[in-house]
Amino acid sequence: MPEERIEEPEPSVSKRIGSIQFSVFSPKMIKKMSAAKVVTPELYDKEGYPVDGGLMDIRLGVIDPGLKCKTCGSKLKECVGHFGYIELARPVIHIKFVNLIYNMLMSTCRECGRVLIPQAKIAKAKADLDKIEEESGIESRRLEIRKVISSMKTVNKCPHCKAKQHKISLEKPTTFLEEEKRLSPIEIRVRLEKIPDDDVFLFGMNPIHIRPEWMVLTIMAIPPVTMRPSITLESGERSEDDLTHKLGDIVRINQRLFENINAGAPEIIIEDLWDLLQYHITTFFDNSVAQLPPARHRSGQALRTISERIKSKEGRIRHNLAGKRTNFSARTVISPDPMIGLNEVGVPLVIAMKLTVPERVNDWNVSYLKKFVEKGPEKYPGANYIVRPDGKKKKITDETKEASLEELQPGYTVERHLLDGDIAIFNRQPSLHRMSMMCHRVRVLPGRTLRLNPSVCNPYNADFDGDEMNLHIPQTEEARAEAEILMEVQTQLISPRYGLSVIGCIQDAISGNYILTKGLTFPKEEAFDVLYSAGIKDFSLPNKEKITGKEIFSAILPKDFNFTGHSRSKDEKGSDKVVISNGKLTEGVMDKNNLGEGSGLLLRNIHKKYGKEYAIKLIGDIFKLGIQVLIRYGFSTAISDTDLPSDAKAKINEVMENVRKEVDELIVTYRQGNFDAFPGKSIEESLELKILELLNSARNKAGELVANYADKESHTMIMAVSGARGNLINLAQMATCVGQQALRGKRIDKGYNKRTLSCFREQDLTPIARGFITNGFKTGLTPAEFFFGSMTGRDSLMDTALRTPKSGYLYRRLANAMQDLKIEYDYTVRNASGRIVQFEYGEDGIDVSKSEKGIVNVKRIIKSNL
Amino acid sequence: MTKSGFDIKKHFLVPKHTKVSEKEKSEVLEKYHISVYDLPLIVKNDPAIKELDVKPGDVVKILRKSPTAGEAVFYRCVINV
Repeated sequence: MPEERIEEPEPSVSKRIGSIQFSVFSPKMIKKMSAAKVVTPELYDKEGYPVDGGLMDIRLGVIDPGLKCKTCGSKLKECVGHFGYIELARPVIHIKFVNLIYNMLMSTCRECGRVLIPQAKIAKAKADLDKIEEESGIESRRLEIRKVISSMKTVNKCPHCKAKQHKISLEKPTTFLEEEKRLSPIEIRVRLEKIPDDDVFLFGMNPIHIRPEWMVLTIMAIPPVTMRPSITLESGERSEDDLTHKLGDIVRINQRLFENINAGAPEIIIEDLWDLLQYHITTFFDNSVAQLPPARHRSGQALRTISERIKSKEGRIRHNLAGKRTNFSARTVISPDPMIGLNEVGVPLVIAMKLTVPERVNDWNVSYLKKFVEKGPEKYPGANYIVRPDGKKKKITDETKEASLEELQPGYTVERHLLDGDIAIFNRQPSLHRMSMMCHRVRVLPGRTLRLNPSVCNPYNADFDGDEMNLHIPQTEEARAEAEILMEVQTQLISPRYGLSVIGCIQDAISGNYILTKGLTFPKEEAFDVLYSAGIKDFSLPNKEKITGKEIFSAILPKDFNFTGHSRSKDEKGSDKVVISNGKLTEGVMDKNNLGEGSGLLLRNIHKKYGKEYAIKLIGDIFKLGIQVLIRYGFSTAISDTDLPSDAKAKINEVMENVRKEVDELIVTYRQGNFDAFPGKSIEESLELKILELLNSARNKAGELVANYADKESHTMIMAVSGARGNLINLAQMATCVGQQALRGKRIDKGYNKRTLSCFREQDLTPIARGFITNGFKTGLTPAEFFFGSMTGRDSLMDTALRTPKSGYLYRRLANAMQDLKIEYDYTVRNASGRIVQFEYGEDGIDVSKSEKGIVNVKRIIKSNL
Repeated sequence: MTKSGFDIKKHFLVPKHTKVSEKEKSEVLEKYHISVYDLPLIVKNDPAIKELDVKPGDVVKILRKSPTAGEAVFYRCVINV
């Protein structure tokens, strides 16, 4: 443990935020900061000029080009806008403060306005709050305040003036009732005004900044025009912003209310208008209040008012502030190309001519860069723009080309087309881990898709059924260096999750190497050809007429490599041991266990001993070798792969017949009432369990028979055994028996009354009536069997469709909760405020990406240091 | 011990909790350069430390069995609810 604390270097900041104060606007403050008082709902006069005292008053800012702001004198884009205000005829409750108001009404006296805590205890309550804040932060202070408030709800006599307290209830959204009698906002405001400053502290507010009565609006601020600009439609008509519409409603109703009050209209009319004003102001702040119908456009679409602008995924915060968009990026469909390197990405020519890399002109590269400018934007490799030293961009066209060439000199920048070897960041959503964004080298190719080596499908979780991926071109030297050093594919080879290679051979590459190492021999000439056509040039083969597959595979291994491990399948001798000594594969076969991603230590050991560059090259070579072998060997799958000899068929039929009989017997004993239940289960449940067990064992027996009798040399079998694709169960399903279809872990029992389908008898418990499929895919399913298969198929489809968004949201919450965690130099995990989360990372302090499958190989470390 | 006579401290999933002495406490805080409230927290009436006689501000040491590290040490600061 380091004794001295490492001092953080002082970050260079020109200005630092000292503190932030949140508060509620007072009526005085609103008036003071206002540029105009709005009195009329009219927007424009006959000439289309904004009306004075209207909602588009040019004192509130300008959105028309040519006009000047009356308040600050600046033009469009310079003027940030200014607030206005309207005087409300009657006070209105602010919807966002309803709960606070409710709390305060309930916990203060209706007569004297004091908090319902005896005078003697007030000081102590305040001290308690301060102590809690000091101990465990502002968040627990808030919790404590909530507790204090809820403790006051039951007090029915004021401890100060002894007045009786009535029960106050809130009728959502904005109506307060005291003993069934309605409290008008005027009365509420009067009560809030009575709360003395000293008592306000107990509600977690500072009366200098927030007085309770300010939560009942008497004056409303009108947001500047610049935050609710109107747009001119093609027809020349003006379309106003949602907020302007809402404000228009407010001003109109407010005026009518004024007029009616002045004219001495009956109380009912005034109250109706007042409620309407309350509704409009409420929906102006929040148009998704649960109990209110949302205000709508004439088209029926709900208005997007202030809360909706900020809230949720499409709101300001997640959409505009947290969501950034970039230039110099491309997106298309991806397709595989095993002949490009693992750390390369194939970029279509059309994209390579649109995306550019800026190159600074200096004395040594003028002539080199001039060549690009000369070619122009239409010919590859050309350039699209030149940038003058003052930052002015100039497009290169046929007309400007000559002039551009002329003026190009050191200090300029040329935005040239993408070239082979340029650095790009490649990404596939959802970007769930850091391997979802890796740095690749550009390889410009014909075609219209982005190409990637199939080996790197796994970290991106990509396939080629229509997946699209994104490509970004870093534009500065720093960004490129960072991407190259931190994000390049080879640096991401070892997963930080399980400490093994995330990149390995897949599919054909696995079956190819399996066939090669299992006992294939090539004549000498062909052996050379295989290796050469896989792009391997530096190798040596034994000088023999016949060369075995193991020798060919050994040719690409490093000469001093030693390894022992286990393979997934058995070799010719029936052993699963894999031995490589001095770069020669002497025993065993290569399959998914050693070549696949995330399995086996072969690739991990190569990476450890020979480094990331070598590892990536070797994986690519092994991949290409596998494919070349398959090309020569010929590899495909056929229906005949699932053919079985007749004695195997007889045996399988026997198994099926036996299980059918056994189940029948079980059902008979059950019907006779002689079936004994398992402990803790009902008789029916036990019977189901027993039947399921029998059927599963029957399917397994059939599967074993298939595995034993099926042609070991068949390509389907090779794929299953080597782990390239599919498994033995799939093979058995094709050859003989698909097996039991299960819904929620049970046999299918839903459908019609007491039966699954109308072709079965009621209460039929036999296997075929409950979703057991005796046929295989090759023989074909009966209609009932097919229907059962579709049932489980649909169920699993539904399940995935429902699970994906759920797990996505779970991930979002986790990522947000842990985004600031960091391992410090003393191995503790701490969050941004320096609080400890773990005392040693992962309790053991192991960096998994530097381990082998999460384990530190101590023996080897000692050995290598001897 | 609960009414049923079940002692959760004897359950295999409940790690061993012990109160940390004042001296050891200041050593821990010194080691990590932190104040007590930068430690992870534990509520005073957490069933695992109910019989431990601790007050808010005390530190509890937890010895956990870990599949990777054998035994992992963890400290928590006692707080009120």
